[in-house]
Amino acid sequence: MKIKSEKDFWSGLMFIAVGVGFAWGALNYSFGSSARPGPAYFPFGLGVLQAVLGSFLVFKALTFEVEGGDAIGPWPLKQAAIILGAVVLFGVAIPRLGLAVALPLLIGIGSLASGEFRWKEVLANCIILTVASWGIFIKGLGLTLPLWPTFITG
Amino acid sequence: MELIDNLMLGFGVAFTFQNLLYAFGGALLGTLIGVLPGLGPVATIAMLLPSIYALDATPALIMLAGIYYGAQYGGSTTAILINVPGESASVVTAIDGYAMARKGRAGPALAAAGLGSFFAGCVATLIVAAFAPPLTEVAFKFGPAEYFSLMVLGLIGAVVLASGSLVKAIAMILLGLLLGQINTDVISGVPRYSFDIPELTDGIGFVAIAMGVFGFGEIVANLARPEEQREVFTKDVKGLWPTKQDFKDAFPAVLRGTALGSVLGILPGGGALLASFAAYTLEKKSKGRPGEVPFGQGNIRGVAGPESANNAGAQTSFIPMLTLGIPPNAVMALMVGAMTIKGIQPGPQVMTSNPELFWGLIASMWVGNAMLIILNLPLIGIWIKLLTVPYRFLYPAILSFCCIGLYTLNNNNFDVYMAAAFGVVGVLFYKLGCEPAPLLLGFILGPMMEENLRRALLLSRGDWTTFMTRPLSAGLLIAAALMIVVVMMPSIKNKRKEAFQDAD
Repeated sequence: MKIKSEKDFWSGLMFIAVGVGFAWGALNYSFGSSARPGPAYFPFGLGVLQAVLGSFLVFKALTFEVEGGDAIGPWPLKQAAIILGAVVLFGVAIPRLGLAVALPLLIGIGSLASGEFRWKEVLANCIILTVASWGIFIKGLGLTLPLWPTFITG
Repeated sequence: MELIDNLMLGFGVAFTFQNLLYAFGGALLGTLIGVLPGLGPVATIAMLLPSIYALDATPALIMLAGIYYGAQYGGSTTAILINVPGESASVVTAIDGYAMARKGRAGPALAAAGLGSFFAGCVATLIVAAFAPPLTEVAFKFGPAEYFSLMVLGLIGAVVLASGSLVKAIAMILLGLLLGQINTDVISGVPRYSFDIPELTDGIGFVAIAMGVFGFGEIVANLARPEEQREVFTKDVKGLWPTKQDFKDAFPAVLRGTALGSVLGILPGGGALLASFAAYTLEKKSKGRPGEVPFGQGNIRGVAGPESANNAGAQTSFIPMLTLGIPPNAVMALMVGAMTIKGIQPGPQVMTSNPELFWGLIASMWVGNAMLIILNLPLIGIWIKLLTVPYRFLYPAILSFCCIGLYTLNNNNFDVYMAAAFGVVGVLFYKLGCEPAPLLLGFILGPMMEENLRRALLLSRGDWTTFMTRPLSAGLLIAAALMIVVVMMPSIKNKRKEAFQDAD
């Protein structure tokens, strides 16, 4: 058995996994009857349908030849880790350290993903964006965002 | 005339200083972001959603609508100048628009796109105003079975007309529907798939999904792509005004594009993308003046037709959203989300319960279009400068606005984490070649679909044939099935592939 389209094969597997997962999870809830559908009724049906479509994709990926094999190629692991890591860090920092610290952290770390990290540019970007965000979101729109770390403001 | 009265009411609302300001702000922001590479209208609107918390419903929606068609305009500017369509609807504009720019005729191309869009926008505004009330009447006759079938048709329509694999697209809809099931069941009050996380019992915020997949996912995808060398035709944008001959060539194309776009926009799943593709094909087929520039080498009709069509389609796609509460595309799904945030239940009752909002929004479409033409033609120099801003300055800004928006959503960092998780999912979709827009549609429609399905079954005492015995519902389902069958037919399948390949 040879995989003829990598993309379709793996996305098919993904859909099967999600479909089965949801259908399985639905077993915990009351199914009801057709006349009085319970909370499990709709997600169970959807999950099964999803798994069927996923299987179809897997079948297709194993049967039909695709030019170039639809290769997935290398994963952008580094970029994803840096960007999403910076976002998570922002989430941790913002209620504790405030915008003035959390945002430069996000921008500084996020900038590492571009492969063209220049200190002066990133520093300027940090300052401009933090001041602009303060002006737009806190001053302008009046959103409740902590600006300074809690240990300073008390 | 009721139409005139309604429009007067609308213009009364749209022409207040505050609303003019928001229409202007939206159009400006939309163009700005449409011009910037790597940020589509979906991510933009998602990113700016928190800013509407402070606003009333009417100015908020006026601003979001402004962003939508502003982004449309901005997208065509980049398509013409650097061959990078800012968003999918301007893919075909790039073919002849860029060719014109290379010949030093970027100015007339931009003017044709701008003026054509403006004309289309005026006509489409009238169409929306004329067709919305009768459709609303129809919508009131809909029972749950009809609503369910209509949503099926809408979702199928949305993917049939899109590019890429049909099976994958339907699977993505289902994925969206399933994600929409993570909530507290409305009827029984049972929390589903919440894993005892309190935040999940309210459901996943659609802003978190939109920003994760369209914002963060796209940033990672853009960064992973090797930077391409872009050629910007900046010095050549001098003679902005088209010649008399250009006007003569372009005008019929604008008329055809407007008509086609208005019709296709109303169809579920139509909207701007299909309209522009269809208009380009139509222009290619229709006979031009002897001795004109061939298509693909800078024919002005190849710019004017699709551009008018996509603007007309973008506006008439408001009709299903405003009258039925059913979003025909991902941007409209966000608009529905915005209305819900502002406490307005989208649907046929909006017209009677919030007439200022309804007609104000329609009138502001025209106002927004007028502003865009004022904004775009003279400011083109500024937009061109923006094109040269490197991505490494842009994406930190996108990141910042997204993160702040996510946090202020509920003043809770859970949404930030959620969006990061969906960023991973977005990267996965990107690598597996799964188009994420249908997922958002499914996610928005999921809870509504379930409710209507269950109510329909309750009314029919569990009889599934209710969907086929009620004539309106049966008609809608048959239409959906026909759409799939037609697209699966080999001859059409190849044509569809061809049409989308043309664009690449």
